[in-house]
Amino acid sequence: MMQMTGADLIVKLLERQGISTIAGVPGGAALPMYDALSKSEQIHHVLCRHEQGAGFIAQGMARVSGRPEVCLASSGPGATNLITAIADAKLDSIPIIALTGQVPLSMIGTDAFQEVDTYGLTIPITKHNFLVRSAKELLTAVPAAFRIAMSDRPGPVLIDVPKDVQNQMVSFEEFPDVVVPDAAPSFDIAAIEEAAKMIEAAERPVLYLGGGVIHSGAAHMAVTLAEQASLPTTMTLMALGAMPMDHPLSLGMLGMHGARYTNYVLEEADLLICVGARFDDRAIGKTAEFCPNAKIIHVDIDRSELHKVKNAHVAIAGDVAQVLSELLPRVKPQLRKRWLSHVESLKGRFPLAMPGIDNPRSPYGLIHAVANCLDDNAIITSDVGQHQMWVAQAYPFRRSRQWLNSGGLGTMGFGFPAAIGAALAAPDRTVVCFSGDGSLKMNIQEMATAAQENVNVKIVLFNNQSLGLVHQQQNLFYGKRIMASRYERPTDFLKIADGFGMRAVDLDPAPNPRATLAEALNTPGPCLIHATIDPNEFVYPMVPPGAANSEMIG
Amino acid sequence: MSEQNTNLSEYIPDVPEHNGFTKVVLELGVANHPGVMSHICGLFARRAFNVEGILCMPVGSGDTSRIWLLIFEDERLSKMIKQVEKLEDVLYVRQHGGEHPVFGRLDEFFQ
Repeated sequence: MMQMTGADLIVKLLERQGISTIAGVPGGAALPMYDALSKSEQIHHVLCRHEQGAGFIAQGMARVSGRPEVCLASSGPGATNLITAIADAKLDSIPIIALTGQVPLSMIGTDAFQEVDTYGLTIPITKHNFLVRSAKELLTAVPAAFRIAMSDRPGPVLIDVPKDVQNQMVSFEEFPDVVVPDAAPSFDIAAIEEAAKMIEAAERPVLYLGGGVIHSGAAHMAVTLAEQASLPTTMTLMALGAMPMDHPLSLGMLGMHGARYTNYVLEEADLLICVGARFDDRAIGKTAEFCPNAKIIHVDIDRSELHKVKNAHVAIAGDVAQVLSELLPRVKPQLRKRWLSHVESLKGRFPLAMPGIDNPRSPYGLIHAVANCLDDNAIITSDVGQHQMWVAQAYPFRRSRQWLNSGGLGTMGFGFPAAIGAALAAPDRTVVCFSGDGSLKMNIQEMATAAQENVNVKIVLFNNQSLGLVHQQQNLFYGKRIMASRYERPTDFLKIADGFGMRAVDLDPAPNPRATLAEALNTPGPCLIHATIDPNEFVYPMVPPGAANSEMIG
Repeated sequence: MSEQNTNLSEYIPDVPEHNGFTKVVLELGVANHPGVMSHICGLFARRAFNVEGILCMPVGSGDTSRIWLLIFEDERLSKMIKQVEKLEDVLYVRQHGGEHPVFGRLDEFFQ
């Protein structure tokens, strides 16, 4: 018979699930959990400067490790500050466990100090959530949270634990088993055979890969499928790296900021094989005009994604890796010389224009200069905005989990704490966070955390003193009426980094920016690399929001 | 910026008409604990999917409950059901016709 407090039990259950790092911020209602953590030899607690930073650090760890990672906050504002990071994890299907303190059970519903309905607030942004009402319930809730977070389509799970439950003694015979993911849903082999026939019969097929390919660890199988059946392959923002960007069959990213030829190839497709993607509006543009002549095969582990946006001719609800392993032996090798040469000619006529690629003081040039200093082991994160789209277009991603970014929710402030999390999960890798001045300010306080942890994170800051993508859209779609998208007063980011104890280098005055960049990237430890970017550099091509992908401008 | 771009505009789709007039009854088996109804009602409310009637009672030992929902047929119904089925606390969803008797004798309480 074992006996311990709820808080000690939580820490033991986390340890048993293999958790070795937790990001969090303490507070009154979480103090028993922090007291329990002080006794853990396995768990390293990373003290963040804002709970949103803790949420994104957990995400960064989970996006690199592929398994659930944990963030911890107190009640009230601690919990509400986590919400953006949790919602972000929901939209990108990232397995995180958010643990929050809550006021004691007897005070719930009394507007007690730092009381907020965390359970109610997080219903629509979690895969599942728990308000634990007794220490005994932790024996089922904590393992269930891990199982739910990592099974089927992954996602965030929140466990809200009142302070008296943390302090309550609980007796039990044995620890619950360490949980593993549930078996993926079984699927119909007849549908696989039908899909194989459609691929064989198609004349102009395109393979469309989404983040599910990464989550499922199926990138190599997707590439094999493409090679076997000679399928030109496009990737969503979430799937970049699943097929190396320099692979001859790669069409790069599709959608709002995809290359012209990519969207034109999709326009001509007679078969679209969608694997682990969900027909997001930023990827497909106007739904009715996306792949207008194509039959659709859709593979997704989440049944509710099938037929949600586009009706599929063959819909397979299953794990991408399992489905591909059944599909591969049934797909006949084909050369498709005619289609591939047509794709090649479209690529030649409508390539992605990358002006300034040889100039490290321009957006594309800076991205290429960074890439030239790194190998495929590096992890690249980005914030949200113009810099994100430039990196998505231009960075030579070559492997799964090399690229971490906020795809669904589009959260400015994601990139830097996610990079810290990535560096904590993979301390041997260099982690580069491409950011903008608007985004970086949204979680800039985590510079203190990066300095404290001495993580190998380099921020490459594209500073255009603007909310660049807003500025761009106001220029293009709102009669050039620039409203609230220019920062009138400049910010001295170098001084800020210095103030937080983080090294900073400025490429602007550097006589040889490539050399300065290489030195900064190759020196271990956190560093801010600052570069001024012209605010009138726009991301092209661009599909106007709501328009068809064929209506690109620029 | 070239002049051709000055006439561009964003396209924001209209809200389509969804509601039909045929009634449908959904039967949900759910785990019985506080908060389950919030999870389910939130899904319908977010999509402005009108729920005409709700009945809920515990079943057997009280570990589970059964929820009966009376709704109008809607082209989104099958998608809605798939979303409900994804909830961890929902054990099953069954669809019945509007003639199902479960709501039939309740009229006298709503006079």
